[in-house]
Amino acid sequence: MIKLWFKSGSPWIWLNAAAVSVCMLMVVGVLGLVIVRGVGHFWPSQVVQFSYQEEGKQPQTIIGEKVDSSVMPALMAKSAGHKMTDNEETLIQYLIKVGNRDVTGTDFRWIEERNIKERSEPLELMVIERREWGNFYGRLLEVKEAGNTLATGADAWSVLQVKLAEVLVVYKQIAHLEKKEIGAINYGLERLRLKQKRLQLDKQWDEAAKQQIASETAAYDVKYKEYQAQLATLYQQIRRCTLVAETESGTQIKIPLNKVVRAFQPNAMSVLDKIVHYGVKVVEFLTEDPREANTEGGIFPAIFGTIMMVMMMSVIVTPFGVIAAVYLREYAKQGFVTRLIRIAVNNLAGVPSVVYGVFGLGFFVYILGGNIDQLFFPESLPAPVFGTPGLLWASITLALLTLPVVIVSTEEGLARIPSSIREGSLALGATKLETLWLTVLPMASPAMMTGLILAVARAAGEVAPLMLVGVVKLAPTLPLDGNFPFLHLDRKFMHLGFHIYDVGFQSPNVEAARPLVYATALLLVLVIIGLNLAAIIIRNNLREKYRALEG
Amino acid sequence: MSTQQVRTHAIDMSSVLRNKGSDNGQNETCIKVENLNLFYGEKQALHNINLEMPKKKVTAYIGPSGCGKSTLLRCINRMNDLVDSARIEGQILLDGENIYDKSVNVAALRRRVGMVFQKPNPFPKSIFENVAYGLRIQGINDKRILEETVENSLRGAALWDEMKDRLNDNALGMSGGQQQRLVIARAIAIEPEVLLLDEPASALDPISTLKIEELINELKEKYTIVIVTHNMQQAARVSDYTAFMYMGELIEMGTTSELFTNPEKKQTEDYITGRYG
Repeated sequence: MIKLWFKSGSPWIWLNAAAVSVCMLMVVGVLGLVIVRGVGHFWPSQVVQFSYQEEGKQPQTIIGEKVDSSVMPALMAKSAGHKMTDNEETLIQYLIKVGNRDVTGTDFRWIEERNIKERSEPLELMVIERREWGNFYGRLLEVKEAGNTLATGADAWSVLQVKLAEVLVVYKQIAHLEKKEIGAINYGLERLRLKQKRLQLDKQWDEAAKQQIASETAAYDVKYKEYQAQLATLYQQIRRCTLVAETESGTQIKIPLNKVVRAFQPNAMSVLDKIVHYGVKVVEFLTEDPREANTEGGIFPAIFGTIMMVMMMSVIVTPFGVIAAVYLREYAKQGFVTRLIRIAVNNLAGVPSVVYGVFGLGFFVYILGGNIDQLFFPESLPAPVFGTPGLLWASITLALLTLPVVIVSTEEGLARIPSSIREGSLALGATKLETLWLTVLPMASPAMMTGLILAVARAAGEVAPLMLVGVVKLAPTLPLDGNFPFLHLDRKFMHLGFHIYDVGFQSPNVEAARPLVYATALLLVLVIIGLNLAAIIIRNNLREKYRALEG
Repeated sequence: MSTQQVRTHAIDMSSVLRNKGSDNGQNETCIKVENLNLFYGEKQALHNINLEMPKKKVTAYIGPSGCGKSTLLRCINRMNDLVDSARIEGQILLDGENIYDKSVNVAALRRRVGMVFQKPNPFPKSIFENVAYGLRIQGINDKRILEETVENSLRGAALWDEMKDRLNDNALGMSGGQQQRLVIARAIAIEPEVLLLDEPASALDPISTLKIEELINELKEKYTIVIVTHNMQQAARVSDYTAFMYMGELIEMGTTSELFTNPEKKQTEDYITGRYG
């Protein structure tokens, strides 16, 4: 009976099906976890007020968001040092985000269920997202302007919102002035300084040059003074308002409005309000610079850096790989040497990526970049320009890393093109080169795109080599901006993969940053899917166009 | 058969051709193969071939599979250059010039000697671009000239009426017979002197085959045609001259009517009557 069952082949089919199911489950699990944890982060959760009394201590009030809970069997709780009575079977604990790091020193605390005397969700509880010290949880008492009280009690909330909107507008103006305008002036002054040094090095530092530089510097100075004056008034405006709030323990603190990103009362929000809040938070996440050691704010520089780096890498790796593959397949005499090269190329694909990083640092950055600096940028020495990790070297290192994939798949594509097509072209009087350009390469283009897709998939997720050749924790100046020459290949950049590692494991406030890790991971996956999807669509179009001969 | 015999035989042949030529007044030799030996590595594929193909006539090569008829055909436009291990001795004269001379530009030669292969091999481009391919290679991009040539070539290949509204469709969407005629149109678009057809109808159904044969009859007014075929009826129907090859040697060549009705060699007769091959 069993024998017959084995013979029928169904165990084998079940085994196969089980393997597929396990794979699918794991994929869905990974995506599901990342999505659930990442997407939920921006939803405004209810703020709860607990009346809490630990045994033998004064009762206290705790205000915060419930983040996590744990259920521990009594035995385990006892060995962990909790006092347990006999009739208790489990110890239930909640992790509460209490914020107010400036007052209490911690963002989170565990509380025990059995000590909670009462819980409520008063509408007037307020959350303030601040530019430093993390969230504030508590009650609004009054809003002040230049030392005078504007409003107290129930009116304070609406006045706060109005004032806050005004302050945020000014804040944006200040940010624009500081980053764009004054940034451009600094950039220009730095270029002038380098120009001067260059002229001195070239022994052309004469009166005319001196005057020219001096006049340009003066022009920048005039502009700078102008902006400085504007900034001073703006700063005055923005520093005028403060709010006074009360923490859970009744401590009153003053928060200047220019340190506030937003204030909201989650318990009083309707679902619609929450959805709007959520959307605003997501947009902020996608388009803003990070705050507070990357644990708050957005990750736009990282998204930008990742995409930029992948695109640069594609631009570098595709022509190289295709040309190498064409030579190997079309021109090189097939034999021992070509076989050796193929084996070498295939093995390169298996070299751990950090090795490429070490190579990139040692060869590209120090040797190549160092020499470029000596030759072309002597004026900025000893500060390196290309002799330090940067976007260019990261892209080249990853291009090197993904080169084997492109070569191998292009070669396969070239090999798949029927010889009858080549002969047809040659028989019409085309040379080998014309045949290659007009027929063979277009027909092999889907295979090249396949190679590129694999390359992008690998490169976008790579972190280890990037840490050595250009990725940094924080680089708010993007490698692409409005200052000539616009594309700054020498700049360091941020990367989603590294950002995940940094926020999740290197930040001072790991607990607070964890949801951000998931959100960033989700975004990294989405970016890679997006890049891949674009490449796949292009490839499928090409495939349709150059459908190989059938039969 | 010894080399000597072949040579005397070839001389006989040229006298035959001359006689035949005096009958209808045009017997110019277009292609002349002299003492041609071809080796693939150590293996010899063609043994001392000598033959002449007259201008604006259809010459058919017949013989069993592997006898070297396709190899010989591919020598005429130097397609065998693509095979690394191929080595050639002897010469082939096209209008009196040795095409294996060092000074010959192979691409230019192939423009003079067009070729159509056994399986239709249109490029994965539009019908128009397929026909215009040879012209574009020569640097002709003038739209008017291209359109004119494409129309003429498609007419020449009896494809214009079917395809004139579908010129921008992908050529791979056509039927096998249409594809083969498209390939012929592509070949005649660059106005070669010689057209080599390597079993052009072997992958086609009978009706398409018939169309191709009719086409060959029309094309021979303008081109010297050499056709390789498995099918003896086809050779009898379309060709003026027939060469029978066996095991890499040329056994016999003559006018088609003579070779089929009154072969000189026993081997030829055996093959034609179906006793082997």
